[in-house]
Amino acid sequence: MGDPLYIDGLDLAVVLIVFLKVIVVFVFLLVAVMLMVWFERKVISDMQNRIGPNRAGPWGILQTLADGTKLFFKEDLLPDKADRRVFRLAPYLSTLPAFASFAIVPIGGTISIAGHETYLQLADPPIGVLFLLAMSSIAVYGVMLAGWSSGSKYPLLGAVRASAQMVSYEAAMALAVAAAVLSAGSLSTHDIVAAQDGLFQWNIFSLGVVPFVVFLIAATAEANRPPFDLVEAEQELVGGFHTEYSSIRFALFFLAEFMNTVTISAMVVTLFLGGPNGPVFSFLPTLWPIVWFFLKLVVFLFIYVWLRATLPRFRYDQLMDLGWKKLIPVSLFWLLLVAALRIGRLEDWNVGFVLAGGLAVGALGWWALAAALRLGQMDDAELSDAQLSGESSSGASPSEREVVG
Amino acid sequence: MGYLDGFKVTFKQIFEPRVTTEYPDEKREKPERFHGRHVLNRYEDGMEKCIGCELCAGVCPARCIYVRGADNPPDAPVSPGERYGFVYEINYLRCIHCDLCVEACPTEAITESKLFEFSFTNRQDAIYTRDELLVDDDGHPRKLPWEDWREGDETNTSAWVRATAPSGDAGFEGKVAWSGELGRGVVAAEQGQVAEAAAAKAARPSKKVARTRRSAK
Repeated sequence: MGDPLYIDGLDLAVVLIVFLKVIVVFVFLLVAVMLMVWFERKVISDMQNRIGPNRAGPWGILQTLADGTKLFFKEDLLPDKADRRVFRLAPYLSTLPAFASFAIVPIGGTISIAGHETYLQLADPPIGVLFLLAMSSIAVYGVMLAGWSSGSKYPLLGAVRASAQMVSYEAAMALAVAAAVLSAGSLSTHDIVAAQDGLFQWNIFSLGVVPFVVFLIAATAEANRPPFDLVEAEQELVGGFHTEYSSIRFALFFLAEFMNTVTISAMVVTLFLGGPNGPVFSFLPTLWPIVWFFLKLVVFLFIYVWLRATLPRFRYDQLMDLGWKKLIPVSLFWLLLVAALRIGRLEDWNVGFVLAGGLAVGALGWWALAAALRLGQMDDAELSDAQLSGESSSGASPSEREVVG
Repeated sequence: MGYLDGFKVTFKQIFEPRVTTEYPDEKREKPERFHGRHVLNRYEDGMEKCIGCELCAGVCPARCIYVRGADNPPDAPVSPGERYGFVYEINYLRCIHCDLCVEACPTEAITESKLFEFSFTNRQDAIYTRDELLVDDDGHPRKLPWEDWREGDETNTSAWVRATAPSGDAGFEGKVAWSGELGRGVVAAEQGQVAEAAAAKAARPSKKVARTRRSAK
């Protein structure tokens, strides 16, 4: 399989087409971020009975451009205590993965440029979605190093939170992705989309909604979007990991954050909503998949803004609770159930038996998990009862306990 | 709905009217006794009210007023009394618009307009001189190039603005206890709080309407 562009080997035209695609994706992401920031500010002000930006350009659509230009001309501060080299490196470690991970998103069907057939996606590597997970792991380094190299306490705390959060939610996200991969039988995003041909083949329906919901929540946490944005909890941590950053370096973090939002929405659409799939009409047949893709994308961008407007920020221990005790067990169970049903279908087992057995095992697992958690808490409480002699360390223990649990 | 109720709430807000006032383009009406830039008033015959007593300068907590009095020239008196304000300067980099000068003035010479939107670009412009503060020959405040005067900013700038009895004594109201001024004559008295409240009670059915009526006025 793979992109038909490379079937005849590499020649100048192929290289040029790849370059063209790179430029298109690059520009698309920059413009998308610009519009996304504007869209977010507009929608959120709608939800708060305000008007929002309306000065720069029609409906304030150029506001982001104005803000970006302003940021470019601001003084680039470098704190005395900063680790200079790492401080300068960190924004790029955050931005580059954000750019790169969009490369695997299919935004349309197949087109033909200068006699070469090619997919409307920058790259279709066989490792596919693994690339997305790898890139989001690298982005953690950007956040972590930014906080560490700032030589200041708030960025450090923000970075610790951020990396803990991103690492723990990556597990739940990967398990949800694994369900989609299981149903397509391939890691390649193009194949995953191809496997969802038809509304009821979409993974959101064919896998049950659970992996979709888990992915949505985990991806929100992964992108540090509200309500999981406690990395940047202003009340506690000033600006979080980018407190010490200003000027263009800050702009890069900002860019990366919104780019991640766009990419994550695109991945939700790709993995669970059939990507560019949709009815194709005879008028301009190559256009329709692109239209469907962007429509779905905008719906999810709206949902992210809606989440931000509605939900208050999670507490840190609640965040860790949700990730480790709920999302990971649920998505693990669901993945096993999907796998069992799939094997059952291949081996002609009775679906009812497989389902009942799966649910029974799930209930058993859930009960065991709950019991283990309760036991862990009880031990801890007894422990602190025994240590009640002097100063009480119980103030910090609930959150620690739950993080460990 | 339970957990999802919040989403309904935020979504519904999209269709609610906006509460924003688009400030430089449209402005909210200011309160009647708004404290803005000062004016120096004149009597109906054009004489200046200021007698150069320096009470305003004395009471000013921000020390932003500088006054020097001088004897009226006998052949062309500036004010009806013995002396007049020869120099009168207010430094608007210091002024806090507390209105104590207006309270202190024995002749109602200094009052405040509702103008607060003025932005100068050097310190010289920040110090308003007597010529700039004094109302012109028609009794209107002089409009300097860096000031943004809007409809209604100069109404009720006269001594009327301080004509409410201390602690809201109703017996004080309804009486004209201030002098006339150039271009406007003697401003009529208010009905008084008691009469106003009675009229309001008769006219307004509910409390909510009362609030809108007051703000509309």
